[in-house]
Amino acid sequence: MADVSLNDVYKKFGKTEVIHGVSCDIKDGEFIVVLGPSGCGKSTILRMIAGLEVITTGDISIDGKVVNRLEPADRDIAMVFQNYALYPHMTVYKIMAYGLRIRRMPKNEIDKRVRNAARILELTDFLDRKPRQLSGGQRQRVAMGRCIVREPKVFLFDEPLSNLDAKLRVQMLLEIRKLHEDLKITSIYVTHDQVEAMTLGDRLIVMDNGYAAQIGSPLEVYERPATRFVAGFIGSPAMNFLDVRISPDGGSAQLRGDVKLALENGSIPEYAGKDVTLGIRPEHFKLTEEKEGVMHLSVDHVEQLGADTLVHGHFGEDKTSLTVRMSDIQQFKKNTILALKVPSQKLHLFDKESGKRIGK
Amino acid sequence: MVEHRPWLTFLTHAVLIIGCVIIAFPIYITFVASSHSLDDIVTSFPKLPGNQLIKNYGRALSVGSRDVLGATVGTMMLNSLIMALGITFGKISVSLLAAFAVVYFKFRLRMMFFWMIFITLMLPVEVRILPTYKVASDLKMLDTYSGLIFPLIASATATFLFRQFFMTVPDELCEAVRIDGGGPIRFFFDILLPMSRTSIAALFVILFIYGWNQYLWPLLITTDESYYTLLIGIKRMMDVGEGQAEWNIIMASAMLAMIPPVLVVIFMQKQFVRGMTETEK
Ligand SMILES: Nc1ncnc2c1ncn2[C@@H]1O[C@H](COP(=O)(O)OP(=O)(O)OP(=O)(O)O)[C@@H](O)[C@H]1O
Ligand SMILES: [Mg+2]
Repeated sequence: MADVSLNDVYKKFGKTEVIHGVSCDIKDGEFIVVLGPSGCGKSTILRMIAGLEVITTGDISIDGKVVNRLEPADRDIAMVFQNYALYPHMTVYKIMAYGLRIRRMPKNEIDKRVRNAARILELTDFLDRKPRQLSGGQRQRVAMGRCIVREPKVFLFDEPLSNLDAKLRVQMLLEIRKLHEDLKITSIYVTHDQVEAMTLGDRLIVMDNGYAAQIGSPLEVYERPATRFVAGFIGSPAMNFLDVRISPDGGSAQLRGDVKLALENGSIPEYAGKDVTLGIRPEHFKLTEEKEGVMHLSVDHVEQLGADTLVHGHFGEDKTSLTVRMSDIQQFKKNTILALKVPSQKLHLFDKESGKRIGK
Repeated sequence: MVEHRPWLTFLTHAVLIIGCVIIAFPIYITFVASSHSLDDIVTSFPKLPGNQLIKNYGRALSVGSRDVLGATVGTMMLNSLIMALGITFGKISVSLLAAFAVVYFKFRLRMMFFWMIFITLMLPVEVRILPTYKVASDLKMLDTYSGLIFPLIASATATFLFRQFFMTVPDELCEAVRIDGGGPIRFFFDILLPMSRTSIAALFVILFIYGWNQYLWPLLITTDESYYTLLIGIKRMMDVGEGQAEWNIIMASAMLAMIPPVLVVIFMQKQFVRGMTETEK
């Protein structure tokens, strides 16, 4: 059990810098999810914490001690790899015991720990099998078992569920969550799947091309995305982005074609008259009466998802396209006009150049 | 591809049978010759096995041909066996280590070393035989087992084979060992070696036969008859000048020379086939 902190960490491979200064304090027992699209440097961060990659500059400390120069084995961490990395010629029992045997733990203690972990993970019947005689989910559990028996300070997971089918993934997700609640070991979990991130994380680090775009709880990240990138990455279907101009008094956002949306809590005078990006999540549109509607959407195409209905359409003279999500099953004909409004607290504004969030 | 036409079945079988007969015929002749007394063979060559089998083989093993003094077929077989096994184990261990170094360690001029090893593929024993002889004699390795074995141990082929195999082993396995607390030696012995089991078995078969069949090098480096290998011994039995070669004993020795490679192939054929066809993942 330990806290982990990253202090202005940079990573270069040769001349290309892939991590541009990430700082983060992870509290003892916290479950942190590193989320981001492919190639943004998630694995690299995890591997630096594990000690498998050298840190170019900056410090990583575990339990208050800087570990930059320590070998992986001396950092007291355990890691679940994406392809599990189970030793193919060993039995499940031996795989789980291997790390302990190297550490010269007494035989009976090893046996106790392995059997205990096997019981928690329901692997007791498979202890004599080899990895290739196991299903994907069972292999995944063996990979976790190998970590649990070590009782490390920190668990690291690198996309551990990406090789599993959808149903198994949900099941394992819950098991990981439960395991964390029981063991309370600080965990860092890398994924590109936002459902996994939202379900598991106490806090998320959303990565954008080597930068930590936002660090916060899942709800914070959803409700108050710090950048346009985060806003577009989190949430499915993705947020709608519109070009707007802030009114001269800074109190409302003006869409082309004279549509005005009042902003929450007064005004942003520093942006008066400027062009900014407005973001609205598909699920935040409300269907309303003709005269109250601020946007009149002409329906192009309706997607029935069962629990929800996605309406794709356009509005205004420049035919800005929008996606709207409504609960339940809704039937609309093509070219129907829907009057929509959006509560002012659900509007997100982003600076055009920096992509940073405007307002709080 | 599989067609069921009677004449096709007949044809394929006929081809196979003819092939087998062609290959087996000389062996049969050798066997027949090794089971008669010398006079029988020299006067009129018999078509069927005779009754001198045990006597001939017994003499070959315990006494040897009267033309090669000081070395019975028994000792020569032992010498051959020592040489073949020495070369086999030596080649396998050296190339495992070389491949391990080339794949898993970063050091200066790594690729140069790899290409150097690779280029020696083009230099078989025969090409470098004179310098090798000079080195061996300077090191006083003439007429020793080390002289028979060491110059033949370096193997680019096996190194290359293991390198290819190691490159298919996922990097995560190595990283998992590092996290589990093991160093390179542990990774090598606990993970890589057991994983290469089938390739090692396949190589064992090939290299054993290669070692057993060495002819030129042992011929050069041994003058003392107690270090003769069986293949040289057989050749020497035939070099009798004016006299009459003891063909029955020679043939018995030839039959005996076939046994160890055949045994190795029979006992290891399962692993051999697996090693050549599958890669364990
Ligand atoms: N050993 C390496 N040498 C050079 N560049 C590398 C190396 N490893 C990773 N990179 C680069 O660093 C960047 C980040 O890679 P990383 O593996 O961390 O991405 P990721 O976020 O884990 O992506 P994914 O979700 O696809 O696994 C990529 O652009 C990649 O090309
Ligand atoms: Mg990755």
